[in-house]
Amino acid sequence: MNIIFNLFMSFLDIKFWTGPMLGATAQGLIWGIMVLGVYITYKVLDVADLTVDGSFATGGCIFAVLVVSGFDPTISLLIAAIVGGVAGFVTGILHTKFKIPAILSGILTQLGLYSINLRILGNAANMSIGKIDTNIKFVSTFFSITQQQAGLVVGLIVSVICIILLYILFGTEIGASIRATGNNSQMIRALGVDTDKTKLMGIVLSNMLIGLSGALLVQMNKYADVGMGKGAIVYGLASIVIGEVIFRKIKNFAVMLTSSVVGCIIFFAIRAIVIKLGMDANDMQLLSSIIVAIALSTPIIKEEIEKKRSYRENTKNFVKK
Amino acid sequence: MLKIKNVSKTFYKGTINEKKALVDINFELKDGDFVTVIGGNGAGKSTLQNVISGLYAVDSGIIEIDGTNITNLPEYKRAKYIGRVFQDPMIGTASNMQIEENLALADKRGEKRTFKWMLNRDKKIFFKEKVASLGLGLEDRMESKVGLLSGGQRQALTLLMATIKKPDLLLLDEHTAALDPRTAKKVLTLTEEIVGDNNITTIMITHNMKDAIQYGNRLIMMDAGKIIYDVSGDEKKKLTIEMLLKKFETVEDKISDRMILS
Repeated sequence: MNIIFNLFMSFLDIKFWTGPMLGATAQGLIWGIMVLGVYITYKVLDVADLTVDGSFATGGCIFAVLVVSGFDPTISLLIAAIVGGVAGFVTGILHTKFKIPAILSGILTQLGLYSINLRILGNAANMSIGKIDTNIKFVSTFFSITQQQAGLVVGLIVSVICIILLYILFGTEIGASIRATGNNSQMIRALGVDTDKTKLMGIVLSNMLIGLSGALLVQMNKYADVGMGKGAIVYGLASIVIGEVIFRKIKNFAVMLTSSVVGCIIFFAIRAIVIKLGMDANDMQLLSSIIVAIALSTPIIKEEIEKKRSYRENTKNFVKK
Repeated sequence: MLKIKNVSKTFYKGTINEKKALVDINFELKDGDFVTVIGGNGAGKSTLQNVISGLYAVDSGIIEIDGTNITNLPEYKRAKYIGRVFQDPMIGTASNMQIEENLALADKRGEKRTFKWMLNRDKKIFFKEKVASLGLGLEDRMESKVGLLSGGQRQALTLLMATIKKPDLLLLDEHTAALDPRTAKKVLTLTEEIVGDNNITTIMITHNMKDAIQYGNRLIMMDAGKIIYDVSGDEKKKLTIEMLLKKFETVEDKISDRMILS
């Protein structure tokens, strides 16, 4: 009872909305760009790419080092995206050219990236970017809004741009052949598409978005950490699943992309709520795993129950007759 | 136009499961030939098509299309010359994509794909007309996902996709075997129309001897990785199922039940 009362009270508290909830929405939008990347591999290409945890942190670390050494923040964002793409390229080559299973390829890259990320940060586990100018800081001073509000604005703008660009890309001839590769690779090869190449393109694109997302998170949090990508793949899957549940009926591609980002916002909102309720933030990893495990097993459980139910029904009718 | 010279293919070479799927095959097709291929299970019919399409690399020999040596080209590069329809209706189409998207993918077979928008108004009209010519009423469902179609509809669509850009060679691998007899008949009629109208060089594998006799201008019988019988023209027109069965028996007593029953 106490918990429900607390929850109710926090919903009434305006500070909860302008504080943790606003922050969660901003985080959700920024991580949402990472989710778009996961969507491309997991949903469009039907490849489970675990590079994410590494490439997310790589994007963040590269960004931190670049801006600290005086690079323009926008250019640094682009470089972070490109470096994320390079990480994806490594995974993609391991998977397509050397036929290492996708999951293992991703894990290999991800593990290797941990050492690389440490190197990037000059053998430090984290790096503060302190008062250095970033895009979010610029928006914050320009409109005289808080860092969180500015994060929300920038996150929103970048995710909308990414969704539009992805929608356009996947409607082109090349984009469509990437989609077809995930749907039916045998067919699209018979139509003259080099599926190794399309897979590689998809994985690179995915990790570019992931690197970009990591860099934006560094802008928002004002520091980079080699462990910042830990669990990112699970957050991504959880967001996709939540988004799918909410937008169950609509199969439009733009809507499905949007639903992943919305799912990510909801994911971070849930996180804000459970933390508000007194749960340790470190337990969130466990909670995320549980959410994804339940979500992924639900269809199978439903199917089993339905099969038994319909058998019971049909047999009953038969016996009656 | 298609030339196969001394092609051999053995699976699991050097193991106890060694299987000689193709043994020194020599075979030539003229432009516009429509050849039907019959033979028992494991005779090498599918392997023959799969080495032509590039799914399997040959152990030895040369495959040429219109004078171009394609023996060592990967599967996706051979798609430029070859249209294919598979036995499984699920393989030929992308189920999560719309009918017109599938056709747009097929319309670019073997061409360089660009960042141009895949569909435009002209293309949509063109695809709609083509789909209408199938006579299945699918032209009103151009934006439906292919996964919603029946096996027969999907197979007819695959046939259209394989030929929408005229291929030098059309490979049909028992493309009606998974369909019910009525639908199979319809797809075969469509096949004959499309192949005839466009004068497409075609190799059709079938398990149905009646179809093998009825369609095409040439018939090939395979057994144990060899071509054991090759008839064309008037001689083929005079063929009967009994004659084919006899031919089978004289070679070996290896006739699958499926062939007798069909």
